Amino acid sequence: MIKTTQWVAICLVLCLSVSTAFSQESAAPSNVTAVDTPNDDGSSITIKWDAAAEDTGISGYQILRQIADGDLEEIGELLPAGTTTYVDSAIEKGNIYTYIVRATTETEATVDSEQTIPVKGTGEWFHTGKTALFIVMLLFSATIVWNIYDARSGKEIFVRRIPGLEAVDEAIGRATEMGRSILYVLGLGSIGRVATIASMTILGQVARRTADYETPLRVPCIDPIVLNVVREVVKTSYIDEGHPDAYNEENIFYLTGSQFAYAAGVDGMMVREKPAAIFLQGSFAAESLILAETGNSIGAIQIAGTDSEHQLPFFIAACDYTLIGEELYAATAYLSKDPMFLGSLKGQDWGKVLILGMIVLGVALEISGINWITTLLQQVN
Amino acid sequence: METLGIWIAAILTLCIYSFLYRDNPFYRFAEHLLVGMSVGYIIVITIYFGFIPYAWTPIKNAVTDETARLGFLTLIPICMGCLFFARLSSRRAWLIRYPIAILMGISSGIMIPNALQTDIFAQVRGTIDPYSRIGVLSAFEITGAILMVIGVVCTLTYFFFSVEHRGPVNWLSKVGIAFLMIGFGSAFGNTVMGRVALLIQRVDFLINDWIGSIF
Repeated sequence: MIKTTQWVAICLVLCLSVSTAFSQESAAPSNVTAVDTPNDDGSSITIKWDAAAEDTGISGYQILRQIADGDLEEIGELLPAGTTTYVDSAIEKGNIYTYIVRATTETEATVDSEQTIPVKGTGEWFHTGKTALFIVMLLFSATIVWNIYDARSGKEIFVRRIPGLEAVDEAIGRATEMGRSILYVLGLGSIGRVATIASMTILGQVARRTADYETPLRVPCIDPIVLNVVREVVKTSYIDEGHPDAYNEENIFYLTGSQFAYAAGVDGMMVREKPAAIFLQGSFAAESLILAETGNSIGAIQIAGTDSEHQLPFFIAACDYTLIGEELYAATAYLSKDPMFLGSLKGQDWGKVLILGMIVLGVALEISGINWITTLLQQVN
Repeated sequence: METLGIWIAAILTLCIYSFLYRDNPFYRFAEHLLVGMSVGYIIVITIYFGFIPYAWTPIKNAVTDETARLGFLTLIPICMGCLFFARLSSRRAWLIRYPIAILMGISSGIMIPNALQTDIFAQVRGTIDPYSRIGVLSAFEITGAILMVIGVVCTLTYFFFSVEHRGPVNWLSKVGIAFLMIGFGSAFGNTVMGRVALLIQRVDFLINDWIGSIF
């Protein structure tokens, strides 16, 4: 015979078991979904689930992944309680995955969610999050194109004086009079850098003058692709000026692809060849002061220009003239007076007007408690 | 072996530092060694991290594995890249313009939107943003926010090229250049401190690691 106290004990154990089982069931992550991450190249899947209630005792989540008919495997670290999203960036394109979110309780018990439906990572052609940026870019481009057409129609466009560029003729003339070469350094930038492209257009203008004066122009390059473009640019300038015979391809050469080896090599050239004029135009890094200081020590006239803002102070300190940031981009229009470049410059100025207007209006609106400009900028970013 | 490495590093360091006196055969030796070794190193890096994974392996897989036939598409960029060798022939040198044009187009397409995002829109937002919290800012922070707007407006004015810098534009651009120079001054000091730290590190190597290994 079972006594009353034993019955009570059995009932208590049963109740406890049922309540524990029930509480574990309720702790299982709910509404677990796995979707292809939008606006990516198909290399990730996003897993989401609902936040568990605070009293469920969940201490963290572990994500489990299964590839097609393979085994379940744990991925990533144990996620802290309160996490509701995980991005699996370690997938292989084309494979189909399913996921389980495993909740771990403070007593180290685990409860698994339902397995998600199969999902595959696919890349998108258009990043919808960048629509606003795309529209702004179209507006900027339209302004520049409109100004280029305006300039081509014969409208005169004013360009303010840029002292560093007015010194270009002086530097070339000095080198010619002294019978020494001109050293043109394009910096470390690859062909993709805007500063390198701007530098090459300035080089084209410098090469036109050196072709006329028959002054040797030496260009050590750090990038083989830049080297090829530079050779084309200089050769074209010499041909345009009617001095193709004066063009010497060996004066434009590859030195090395390593930053400080390049600096050491260019420094060596400076002290041995003693060029009368040195152009440091393009994208520079820590070697800027090494180059500019050596150029200064040999008494060369130095014209520098870069958009690397951290290197500008060194050029300002050690060079005779420095093109600051966008002055480097404006140099082409300034030197060539080509309607296309002039129109582009004017278009960029309109872009700056737009930015100024946005700042002034944005500040006024923010003070008034209206924040749609910052919201718009947030979307663009 | 480690001692030999320390000696080589110390001697080459002194060879490079000898340039501070004047150009000399020791500096020239170190310079040519550095340039030559860096070129060799870059060639090896390019083969192992460029040619093999992006050209050789996809083609090899496409030949040997039926499921990897798409790897033959790699031949298109490889052929474009091979056009760079057209420079070796004076008659075909013009072909090099095609890969260069493609490269410049792709680079511009990647760089320009990024530049717009990070150099323009993020900066504009950063300039405006403090004014959304103007009520909770301290007097110091409000002064900073006002100076920021004045600095940005004046500096941008300096970079107007199609407007003559006369009258108010001239004054604004002068304030702008003053802001720029203050910024450059602080950047100069900051970087010089970093360079001095590098010098100390090198001198520490010479004194402790090199001379320390002798005595």
